[in-house]
Amino acid sequence: MTQQAEPAVTAPPAPGPKQSDGRTSQRPLVLRLLARPEVGVFLGAVAVFVFFLIAAPPVREGSAMSNILYQSSTIGIMALPVALLMIGGEFDLSAGVAVISSALTAAMLSYQLSLNVWMGIVLALAMSLAVGFFNGWLLVRTGLPSFLVTLGTFLILQGVNLAVTKLVTGNVATDDISDMDGFGQAKKVFASSFEVGGVSVKITIVYWLVFAALATWVLLRTKYGNWIFAVGGNKESARAVGVPVTFTKISLFMLVGFGAWFVGMHQLFSFNTVQSGEGVGQELIYIAAAVIGGCLLTGGYGSAIGPVFGAFMFGMVQQGIVYAGWNPDWFKAFLGVMLLGATLINLWVQRTATRR
Amino acid sequence: MKQTPLLRSRRVAPVVAVAAVAALTLAGCSSSSGGKKAEEEAGNASAGKADTPRMTIAMVTHAPSGDTFWDTIRKGAEAAAAKDNIKLIYSNDENAGDQANLVQNAIDQKVDGIAVTLAKPDALKDVVTKAEKAGIPVVGLNAGLGVWKQQGLLSFFGQDEAVSGQALGDKINGTGAKHALCVIQAQGDVNLEERCAGVKKTFSGKTDILYVNGTDMPSVKSTITAKLSQDKSIDEVVTLGAPIALTATQAVSESGSKAKVATFDLNKDLVSAIEKGSIQFAVDQQPYLQGYLAVDSLWLYKNNGNFSGGGEQPVLTGPAFVDKTNVEAVAEFAAKGTR
Repeated sequence: MTQQAEPAVTAPPAPGPKQSDGRTSQRPLVLRLLARPEVGVFLGAVAVFVFFLIAAPPVREGSAMSNILYQSSTIGIMALPVALLMIGGEFDLSAGVAVISSALTAAMLSYQLSLNVWMGIVLALAMSLAVGFFNGWLLVRTGLPSFLVTLGTFLILQGVNLAVTKLVTGNVATDDISDMDGFGQAKKVFASSFEVGGVSVKITIVYWLVFAALATWVLLRTKYGNWIFAVGGNKESARAVGVPVTFTKISLFMLVGFGAWFVGMHQLFSFNTVQSGEGVGQELIYIAAAVIGGCLLTGGYGSAIGPVFGAFMFGMVQQGIVYAGWNPDWFKAFLGVMLLGATLINLWVQRTATRR
Repeated sequence: MKQTPLLRSRRVAPVVAVAAVAALTLAGCSSSSGGKKAEEEAGNASAGKADTPRMTIAMVTHAPSGDTFWDTIRKGAEAAAAKDNIKLIYSNDENAGDQANLVQNAIDQKVDGIAVTLAKPDALKDVVTKAEKAGIPVVGLNAGLGVWKQQGLLSFFGQDEAVSGQALGDKINGTGAKHALCVIQAQGDVNLEERCAGVKKTFSGKTDILYVNGTDMPSVKSTITAKLSQDKSIDEVVTLGAPIALTATQAVSESGSKAKVATFDLNKDLVSAIEKGSIQFAVDQQPYLQGYLAVDSLWLYKNNGNFSGGGEQPVLTGPAFVDKTNVEAVAEFAAKGTR
């Protein structure tokens, strides 16, 4: 399997005369297509989708699809920056609690200082970006592995979430801010829904797809995208050819901070209050969506569209089991089997495609 | 590092940012409704203070951190400790082995009493015996109703989960419900499973169980929505925690279901939901009381030799129903996070 940085612009192969020495024969288009990181997971997602279309009749309705996509989008929005970070050679264990940290910050600052909710939102964004900056800065300055740095941040955030919430509100959950100025507007932006053909669709789905398109464009068509592949592939050689490694790594962590803020705001404005103990364990689901989506844990390889299907697969399986009405005692086991199965399809497709 | 003007100016940046925020705040970016300003100052429960010698009590629970329900238990314990001139050492760990270590820690600190939850009684058996051998009185609370006497605990404060589940099942019989969905937010939790089993036992209609991931609210919402659209005959959703109940009401309205929502456990948002009628009722096990009585009973035992429940019977703190008829009386206490 190739682990090399992809070119920023996938230039079509030069239409020269056919090679004749037999060493570099042109592989068929289908195989070249299958070798792309997102194709395996795409087929896995299709398989899971078709399976539940047959096994669970309610899935055939538009409202069910909208619900599945909603669940996928809350995972998927975070899986995008997590995937970019992973392509850049690092990962972030603090991403799950960071979502809750951001929501808590916005809720508490607005409530305690009686601010317009939008002020709380902006301050929460600053906080989230600062956490991302801290992760990246510490990593670059010390050279510690991201596992250790972000595990530290994960524990710090978990403790701070609880202790500060308790200190400030006297309870372990935030106060309800739904009657404050700006809440209605913010809810429209972060947690509203709209009708499409009689089906209510959550706005997070739109953001998810827009962010995915944006991330794909950045990754494949910009210099910054090239830098991400380069620092994830080989940091030293990237630095040698003039890639700003420090900037790239820190900004990727800050991008995860941005994602955490966005999802945190969605949670705050759709549920009005936040419990400080939530979010633990979600980081693994984000990372899983990125890995299922074809990003390598070792960095330098992956795509932004793959994690979209990864997150979809996760949401599809999780909700599909419920729509199918299977015995809930087996829920987690079903989830595990389906995910492994889908990932194996993914792997098999990749292997087949890269084999000569 | 060498100081350069550039670095110095960078240090100024955060100060400027803070000042800007403060200025914006003053400049009228404040909310005219809600918020701390609107929160009324509520007096705290206080019953004077004992002049008995200072004693130390450890409370060790299996609570996850950051959970409203368990915070209420802790508040009850703290109120009793303040009243009885007690130094309270509170600790918690979801993992049974780690909880046992925390009890050992309390023994090592030579505390005057231990209040413990026995969610996984077998894992705690040895360390509880050790405490008793060391002459430290131990009481149980919340979880362990079936085993507290066997393990030699002085008293037990809590509700019988099965009994409270049965009480809820009975209550929804009277509302005309035919098909209930019992939502468990932590798969494999003995207490939660017992509640749903209790509901199933007394409810005359059909009871289904649904597992959701309690640490991820969007997923809780989607999963309940999914279940309600998969089975349209569900007309009653039973949740086992207040935040889950509030999310369930959203799922009900989004799936276009006609189901009603009833729940175990209270918090202040839930109280207003009951007032508004979006939630039928809550079965309250009075966690504040559990924490308070457990600590207070250890003080009584030391200072007057009393056994709560006579050492024979558990002291039940629930089930108490909170519905539209009595919610008003509870609201002011729930607002403080103590009910």
